[in-house]
Amino acid sequence: MNSSGILQILLYGVVVTVGAVPLGLYMARVYQGERTWFSPVLGPVERALYKLCGIRPTEEQHWTTYAFATLAFNLVGLLVIYGLMRLQAVLPFQARFNPAGEAAVAPDLAFNTAVSFATNTNWQAYGGESTLSYLTQMMGMTVHNFTSAATGMAVLVALVRAFTRKSTKTVGNFYVDAIRSIIHILLPLSVVLTLVLVWQGVPDNLDPYVTATGLEGGTQSIAQGPVASQIAIKQLGSNGGGFFNANNSHPLENPTALNNFVDMVLLILISAGLVFSFGRMIGDTRQGRALFIAMGLMLIVGIGVVYWQEAGGNPLVHAMGVDMSSGDLAPGGNMEGKEVRFGIANSVIWAAATTGSSNGSVNAMYDSFTPLGGMVPMMNLMLNEVIFGGVGSGLHGMIVNVIITVFIAGLMVGRTPEYLGKKMEAREVKLAVLCILLFPLSVLGFGALSIVLPAGKAAIAAGGPHGLSETLYAYLSTSANNGSAFGGFSGNSLYQNTMLGVAMLLGRYLVIIPTLAIAGSLAAKKTVPSSAGTFPTHGTLFIVLLIGVILIVGGLTFFPVLALGPIVEHLMLGAGTTF
Amino acid sequence: MFKQLKQAVLVTLFLTILTGLAYPLGMYGVSRILFPSQAHGSLVMKDGKVVGSTLIGQNFTSPGYFHGRPSATTDTDPKDPNKQVPAPYNAASSNASNAAPTAKSLVSDVSDRVKALRNENPNAHVLVPVDLVTASGSGLDPHISPVSAEYQIPRIAAARGISEEDLRRLVDEETTGRVLGLLGKATVNVLTINLVLDERYPMRAISR
Repeated sequence: MNSSGILQILLYGVVVTVGAVPLGLYMARVYQGERTWFSPVLGPVERALYKLCGIRPTEEQHWTTYAFATLAFNLVGLLVIYGLMRLQAVLPFQARFNPAGEAAVAPDLAFNTAVSFATNTNWQAYGGESTLSYLTQMMGMTVHNFTSAATGMAVLVALVRAFTRKSTKTVGNFYVDAIRSIIHILLPLSVVLTLVLVWQGVPDNLDPYVTATGLEGGTQSIAQGPVASQIAIKQLGSNGGGFFNANNSHPLENPTALNNFVDMVLLILISAGLVFSFGRMIGDTRQGRALFIAMGLMLIVGIGVVYWQEAGGNPLVHAMGVDMSSGDLAPGGNMEGKEVRFGIANSVIWAAATTGSSNGSVNAMYDSFTPLGGMVPMMNLMLNEVIFGGVGSGLHGMIVNVIITVFIAGLMVGRTPEYLGKKMEAREVKLAVLCILLFPLSVLGFGALSIVLPAGKAAIAAGGPHGLSETLYAYLSTSANNGSAFGGFSGNSLYQNTMLGVAMLLGRYLVIIPTLAIAGSLAAKKTVPSSAGTFPTHGTLFIVLLIGVILIVGGLTFFPVLALGPIVEHLMLGAGTTF
Repeated sequence: MFKQLKQAVLVTLFLTILTGLAYPLGMYGVSRILFPSQAHGSLVMKDGKVVGSTLIGQNFTSPGYFHGRPSATTDTDPKDPNKQVPAPYNAASSNASNAAPTAKSLVSDVSDRVKALRNENPNAHVLVPVDLVTASGSGLDPHISPVSAEYQIPRIAAARGISEEDLRRLVDEETTGRVLGLLGKATVNVLTINLVLDERYPMRAISR
């Protein structure tokens, strides 16, 4: 650990906060249908889409219709991307759009990858540059990066809107919320970010792979493609699926430290901004601020712990007389799986941010992190992505935790809990508990199966407790729709492609449906004025209680498996045991 | 029900045209005009031929060149299409070792690399730097740390018959500091510095 590393971490926190406030207010205006500076340009595009698709933007939907629209839209997209992968070798314009001659993707891998992109998980059982054609990357991956992000944002907006309504049957129009997310937020930001990335060195072309003859005479085939435009939306939309296998550690995806910093801010910025949009939309900015503080505190503590561990390095490597001290001219620390241009500090900020949010892109390999360093990304996943979380999905997950928190606070004083003027009654609390319980059930259930069945166990690369960590991480990452991995885990088998695919589907849609049901139920309720007996949800006491509930729920559920995985590995590493 | 499905299909269709064709192809069109070199992968030409990309590391093994970091990339075994064999710096298939911190393979790999480095660089002035014995995340890391360049100076000076001082000056020139003095780490680009080496201190008849 050194001062420049700490300075970079602080700078990151400041830039995210300063950027999130104006973006949040802008997004609130977009979702409320108000005019913005960009309306003259983007408004006509939005309206043209409504006309082409036969959408009447003023037509509101009951929560069940909203949910059905969400599922139907996601299902159609899923079929399209699956079809693209299966047919990529026979679609027209092969020379232009498939110069590397990639073959059809195998059915199980295509299923897994299609689900992975539709659910905003972006788990990579595939290696981009060795599996997918340029056409699949553009019309499959890039499109889903937009639409899956917009799906999460729309569900959140429906939930937030429900708090602002009383005695209403409807929660908004799914297509309006999704199209506004894309046209007014994701697309313009992606255009700007693409240009920044290309300027920094991320390629954007349809060239065939280039064969270079190196200085020592060997040849090297260098992958190319429409990279920058996809990386931009992959960062913004908390997607995280890499154009290349090595994701953002690949120098053509992430060529410089400046590029890295911009990517790192943008992978969390929309999620952070939405917290402020929420405050604005419900007409009480203090509520958004409280949630922001709770999330921010958990993020910073996580970054601190990984930094401490990774800067310390691997004692086994140190013992061989390798210089692990860090300085201006030396990276130091645990550099296995990390890139020199980022060093330790930028690798660990990314690790905590990408797992706290649901992005899942990586600029270093977490399988090679020290045991406790790798435990932090794992714990961020265990808290089910509420440290800013995915675009939309992070905040609606957080609001579910808030419902549990006010419920517990209500139990303590014997009053019906309220949040933002809505009484939280049996139906809402039951639905919230459903959202919370499904996740550990999926992780531990599928994880246990994978450890026990030979077909599942075959995926493990590491020996000893680390093998358990690899499996646990895979099912955490897919159930939480994150997408990062302990990459030694061989997910590309019939068994894992199928089971991980199912985990992704459950983790996404079995949370979206109850969340929309909560929205429907809240919209139908009357609003109660706050009284002296109302538990204030914007103060320090609430923030502490909320963090406590999140940690206790996540901690109690997963502590036993953490003890068997990273914690015991840490102790054995200290004792010099290898596997 | 039918109306709902029709709407889902229409929205998917038009959003695919917008975000899956218009957006990426439009950005490609703009990028190649604004940033032609970067858009095509920052390729380096020498005598009219592509010798690599400044952003992609290359596998250097001869004593007269700076060597990059270990790379864990693989390629399909020419004898058996179902097997992968080590192929360092395979830029068509990026990969990391993904070795666990407690993996025996990690310990033996690092220990082999330390031994090999000490054999090749008996006169090094500094300890073996950690980035020279650990594989990068992409397997294509184009950089080494300045201290890793320093470590290799005596070997290269001997191979090229030049003074260590000249080389040290070259490393200084080729060291890129932190971005804005703050972000990331100081780096030396291995391909770039080797190109300058060849230009400034060509290897004569001296052993490769």
